[in-house]
Amino acid sequence: MSTRAFGAALPRREDARLLTGRATFVDDIDLPGCLHAAVLRSPFAHARIRSIDAAAALAREGVVAVYTAADLGAVCCPGPLAVPPPPIEGALFHQRTQAPIARDKVRYAGEPVAFVVAESRYVAEDALEDIVVDWEPLPVSADLEAAARPDAPRVHEDLPDNIAARVRQVKGDYAMAVRGAAHVIRRRFTYDHGCSSPIETRGVVAQWDPRADKLTVWDTTQAPVFVRNGLAAALGLGERQVRVVAPFIGGGFGPKIMMFYPEEILVPWAAMQLHRPVKWIEDRAEHFVATTHERGQVHDAEIALGADGRILGVRDEFLHDTGAYDPYGLTVPINSQCTLLGPYAIPHYDSTFCAVFTHKPIVTPYRGAGRQHGVFVIERLLDIAARELSIDRAEIRRRNFIPPDAFPWDNALIYQDFTRLTYDSGQYAKVLDQLLERIGYRDFIDEEQPRLRAQGRHVGIAVVCYVEGTGIGPYEGAKLQVQANGRVSLVTGIGTQGQGHYTSFAQIAADHLGIDIADIEVITGDTDQFYWGAGTFASRGAVVAGNAIDQAARQVRAKALRLAAEIFECAEGDLVLEGGRVSIAGVPSKSMGLGELAQRANPMRGAVAAGSEPGLESTSYFGPPSGSTANGAHAMVIEVDPRTMNVRILRYVVVHDCGVVINPMIVEGQVRGGVAQGIGNAFFEQLVFDSEGQLLNASLADYLLPSSMDVPTIELGHVETPSPLNPLGIKGVGEAGAIPVGPLFAQAIEDALQLPARGVELLEIPLSPSRVWELARGAGPVIATDSPV
Amino acid sequence: MAARQYPIRVTVNGTEREAEVEARLLLSDFIRHRLGLTGTHVGCEHGVCGACTILHDGVPARACLLFAVQTHGHSIETVESLGTPERLHPLQAAFRACHGLQCGYCTPGILMTMKAFLEQHPDPDEAAIRKALSGNLCRCTGYQNIVAAVSRAAAMAKEGA
Repeated sequence: MSTRAFGAALPRREDARLLTGRATFVDDIDLPGCLHAAVLRSPFAHARIRSIDAAAALAREGVVAVYTAADLGAVCCPGPLAVPPPPIEGALFHQRTQAPIARDKVRYAGEPVAFVVAESRYVAEDALEDIVVDWEPLPVSADLEAAARPDAPRVHEDLPDNIAARVRQVKGDYAMAVRGAAHVIRRRFTYDHGCSSPIETRGVVAQWDPRADKLTVWDTTQAPVFVRNGLAAALGLGERQVRVVAPFIGGGFGPKIMMFYPEEILVPWAAMQLHRPVKWIEDRAEHFVATTHERGQVHDAEIALGADGRILGVRDEFLHDTGAYDPYGLTVPINSQCTLLGPYAIPHYDSTFCAVFTHKPIVTPYRGAGRQHGVFVIERLLDIAARELSIDRAEIRRRNFIPPDAFPWDNALIYQDFTRLTYDSGQYAKVLDQLLERIGYRDFIDEEQPRLRAQGRHVGIAVVCYVEGTGIGPYEGAKLQVQANGRVSLVTGIGTQGQGHYTSFAQIAADHLGIDIADIEVITGDTDQFYWGAGTFASRGAVVAGNAIDQAARQVRAKALRLAAEIFECAEGDLVLEGGRVSIAGVPSKSMGLGELAQRANPMRGAVAAGSEPGLESTSYFGPPSGSTANGAHAMVIEVDPRTMNVRILRYVVVHDCGVVINPMIVEGQVRGGVAQGIGNAFFEQLVFDSEGQLLNASLADYLLPSSMDVPTIELGHVETPSPLNPLGIKGVGEAGAIPVGPLFAQAIEDALQLPARGVELLEIPLSPSRVWELARGAGPVIATDSPV
Repeated sequence: MAARQYPIRVTVNGTEREAEVEARLLLSDFIRHRLGLTGTHVGCEHGVCGACTILHDGVPARACLLFAVQTHGHSIETVESLGTPERLHPLQAAFRACHGLQCGYCTPGILMTMKAFLEQHPDPDEAAIRKALSGNLCRCTGYQNIVAAVSRAAAMAKEGA
């Protein structure tokens, strides 16, 4: 091939369908005779259900069924644990998962209490109001720190307190580090709840075919294979009787992985009971409580440094709010614990977390999945250290980087994938240098900032670094098959939520097969098309499925050449594979299209030789030994209006390293989108609960997502350090942009308002203008007295 | 007791359609589930996200904030009125060229908003595009490539004119 598809910024093949409204999302599934469901949710965060009277709802015209826990029988049991806790010595973990419908008691406002199925969604929602529940409200543990106290109202009464898990991980000997330290800094950091808010809410459509004994489910899930397996188990079916399809998904960001959401059980179960298709589409108000949240930690952290700013050790104790249940195990707090170490050589580390049950919606991974909190803590500690030791902020980071010749770097902790946290490769100083150069760091601090400050403007600059463990196992698979028409089908088990898999996956295969990406039909997220897999999360799709595709494509190529060599009676080395044809180099008459070759590989007569297989196809699996570690650095220049504390981002620069890039256009899109989410997280997005566990801002009018006026142009630079852990050398990028934005904001606002000089530090996220105003006000006036406030 | 039905006549993408609808039927549900035009997406049903934006007599409107009966005697245009996969509208082609979409869920509403905007402002600068776009939420792209796509579409239209 004269031009390689791999590595090229090719436009996306899925776009034409998406742009013309012809892509199928879950709510677009339109089955004859479909019924519609609505969920009655608890208005209380903690209450006993004395009784439920659904008679009036059942009597309403158009209502087909009303189900409560009593109707579900054995199906109404606690769901599976999606991710077990990592094998860490001494770790405590109490598994408490959610049943599809609360039986006697609810533990968060929004927990399902009854499930109505009706001829239309409108009628189903009408019927919710007919249901009478006799509630006995109970005391609530809403605040994380209060919930952790031994005398707090308990979320699960069979436990002695609300501690869901306690995990300590230790590297080296922190006490020794402190003894040798010139400087020790201790602070408390908080990171509040937010939610991923994809523009498409969740939804499930299920159809039971009683003639075929087969269940088909369309689900807004990031992990269709897990859902298939779990549904089969929950409903007493074999896996082959269940087909789960994740069609086009309108944004995932993590919460669409969670297994099992109540509706993922209730909708298929109802379809089997009623022998009619059932559809449930979450509305936005429901989404705020029925789809999982993230963030929500309080850290008490300490850093010990030498006089030269070198980190001798870090100690951290944190509380993690897991909500009312913990179906996703410890992934989020483990990520916080591990990612805190960042790109820095930290010889001694002592980290303990307590996951705490609260009467709030469930917490599971959301883009970054706990990494944000760890990065916030270490980056803020370094900012404070830089100030107290009079070292430049960028310089103190550089002094502590793991050098490029020190890989693999063993951090001696257990990571979320149960392997030892070992970084595979990286060039951290190179990334930082490029960042400083691009943003003009020195010039800004030495010249521009003093000049603008002299004009009374409040401008600030910030620089932060991070690493991200990506591309974790266990494995993914891919099947490539040349069809008789010469087109290649490429199937994987993972789902896709906008990452461009229809394009990037084809780019991986196309060069091996000598075909254009337009001739590769990519199929994702249909368990009948590909049986095995884990899912799209943890920045792993391209790394893990991508390498499986690479292997499968190499094998199909080998098969095509072997067969053509037999047919043409030549050596394989004499053959070229390009333009969808296998030819003898220099002999135009000796040429055969891949489609014909595929037909020849599936003969009508004669035998397929022992040890070979029919067809021109291959199925391949790839499982990395451990995750590959991507990294990056972000910088920004902001101006703060001291009257409103509104922040204007004047420049935002990202330099990142995700190893070898398959499609730079898609990678840049992922990074920019991540930054936008990070900006929302750092600046606006806060789920506000009152002391009764009521979410006070459950609408997009009150929970503000960043708009086109809030997200600036983001300048990008690349460094490419291949991963040695997979043949393609790639690292994940899906979460990268979102991870370091919090500490970047805090540092920049502090700098712009010169807050530390007045005794104010920003140690929490989010930092909305009103919150910054409150914090800054504690330190006296920010602006000259002649300016009106 | 069956809910009372109201006859409506509405021009949808240039074709006159007649239907009997309940007074409370949202226009977004009418478009999606009665007319089968599922390109119009529903994101929030309270008028904030803009995913369901259609043109109502040529003016962008949120289909989740209108009842179907309110369109009686009016015309609406949905994303299906633009191009086809084989023959994209220039605005759609610009979104593809600039990677102005990722999951694509918010995209139809953005396309309809920007179509009307470009008709009114054929030569917009970045600030104007960002302002016009600010009523449509996108959770994937960070907007930068959407702004670039709209600029490109405007530039192409100018060249073609």
